[in-house]
Amino acid sequence: MMNSPLMPIIIPFAFAILLMFAPKQLRFQRAGALVGAILTVAASIWLLQKVHIDGIQVVTFGSWPVPYGITMVSDMVSILFVLTSSIITLFTIWYSFRTIGIAREQFFYYPGVLLMLVGVNGAFTTGDIFNLFVFFEVLLMASYLLSVLGGEKIQFRESIKYILVNVVSSALFVITVAMLYSVVGTLNMADIAQKVSDVNQPGILTAIAILFLVVFGLKAAIFPLFFWLPSSYSGPPIPVLALFGALLTKVGVYAITRTFTLFFTGDIAFTHTVLLYLSVATIVAGCIGALAVWDVKKIIIYNIIIAVGVILYGVATYNDTGLLGSMFYVVHDMLIKAALFFLVGIIVYITGQTNLKKMGGLMKRYPSLGWLYLIAAFSLAGIPPLSGFIGKMLLVKGGFEAEQFASGIWILLSSLIVLLSVIRIFVYAFWGKEQQLPPVKKTVYWQIWIPTAILVLLTVAYGVGADALMPYMTQAAEVLANPQLYIDAVKGGK
Amino acid sequence: MRINDVILRTVVRFVVFIILTLAIYLFFAGHYSPGGGFIGGLVIASAFVLLYVTFDIEKVKKGIPVDFKKVAALGVFLAVGTGFGSVLFGVDFLTQAAKKFHIPLLGEKELGTVMLFELGVALTVVGVVMTIIVSIAEGDGD
Repeated sequence: MMNSPLMPIIIPFAFAILLMFAPKQLRFQRAGALVGAILTVAASIWLLQKVHIDGIQVVTFGSWPVPYGITMVSDMVSILFVLTSSIITLFTIWYSFRTIGIAREQFFYYPGVLLMLVGVNGAFTTGDIFNLFVFFEVLLMASYLLSVLGGEKIQFRESIKYILVNVVSSALFVITVAMLYSVVGTLNMADIAQKVSDVNQPGILTAIAILFLVVFGLKAAIFPLFFWLPSSYSGPPIPVLALFGALLTKVGVYAITRTFTLFFTGDIAFTHTVLLYLSVATIVAGCIGALAVWDVKKIIIYNIIIAVGVILYGVATYNDTGLLGSMFYVVHDMLIKAALFFLVGIIVYITGQTNLKKMGGLMKRYPSLGWLYLIAAFSLAGIPPLSGFIGKMLLVKGGFEAEQFASGIWILLSSLIVLLSVIRIFVYAFWGKEQQLPPVKKTVYWQIWIPTAILVLLTVAYGVGADALMPYMTQAAEVLANPQLYIDAVKGGK
Repeated sequence: MRINDVILRTVVRFVVFIILTLAIYLFFAGHYSPGGGFIGGLVIASAFVLLYVTFDIEKVKKGIPVDFKKVAALGVFLAVGTGFGSVLFGVDFLTQAAKKFHIPLLGEKELGTVMLFELGVALTVVGVVMTIIVSIAEGDGD
């Protein structure tokens, strides 16, 4: 079927609309959201196979010829992002059943989650720069709803900041697209890439590249622009936080990856060096934050910032190994961040607080949770058989191949700091003297433990089965390294 | 003190119909001249707002007994549905079709599926605007 790239977008959209007709029917809401998410994952897996076998899938809305209509492009990069996001959304919905509270569930929580998935999947799939903006707004609108839903005082305060920052960055996005349009006269990404390389990227286009870096950097939280993230993400409840932490910044990362590998490849010595310095600075900032805080939620939140820096480092080195490492690392990071937020959510549920200094001795009563957390923590740091290892190894190798030795070694050292920051939660919350715990329902505990455990096992499988995934990842890195493949697929298809 | 607003009420009774007629005109004119679903929906919503300003909320709710959230959902459903309809015919998403029909009183007219899409847009706009206004108006209790 020729419309296959649209399926992971239309399915959650249709289910979100259906759920809006009966917001108070709890069973209908839960079942509808779950079925919608499962179908989205199934469609994504099917599309992954299709892209793997038949190559890049292209569809242009309304059967218009290519540079004139809006094109949706599913190459291996975008479908890997789409599949990962859909899986995380499925687990978040499952995890939400027992954690988010009936009041929120009856007030358009699940339509919000599904609409955010629509925006995220759309942003990953689109082949049109203005359509990318529209999908950014779709996912941001849904995220505003999710961050404020429930109406606690802290949520109001933090979502004001979040909305202000995003409104400013969206306005900047429009201005940047306007500048790009006035220079190249087209909005289709493949066409832009073609025209930028035709005019050999003069200075004005390099300036636009930096503007794009600012715009997407605000969304992705890179070094000087990450200031909004730690406080904004501490407002919403845990399932929403997991969704934000795993998906939202990665959309910015994807947009930077796409623009810096497809459009702006003419002046790598400048643009990618800037990106390199910023990514290293992002890692430094994230590391400082992760070591400084004693709030379990915030420790993981600062780890998001570190991961953004690590992924963009691979894009900045811009060689096959580095890009392959980025692809491996980004999928791992999305999965493991969601799993870690789920685990932290369980810890907060059991202890009734987020302050690490007041916790202790959970290992005796919850050994399975402790071991699960330890696996996830080792996986995040990149201990060999687990999922974080291969991505980071390739990234460092890519850095050395690009003769960036100091930054490569810094990536390795940052792993130690990441390990230290997450193992601190293990040491303080699970070891030591047992503390008085508030009463906890055992059934609820197990009902949120199961999706978390499955997600952690999935990351373990991702690490152990890295060999089986290699052909997919190589295909993705190949498209990133050769923009001509993308351009030919889009322009030659029709 | 009770304000006697008989002039306002009488004028609004007439004006609302003029506004609604204009809205329908704008909606159908959209393909060949300025207008369309968005502006048509906004004008319909403005007619409803005028009713809310003139009469009290309970009375208008009795007159227009619809849940505007569902109107918005129905509109989005219609818009996606027309896009998806083209998938069923084996062409690209959102491909539009149009055909000339002979309608008894109006004569030869071209009808296109884009009108259904615009109808979805109009319903969504009406639903969203009315939901915003009604929930702000009712929200003073807490």
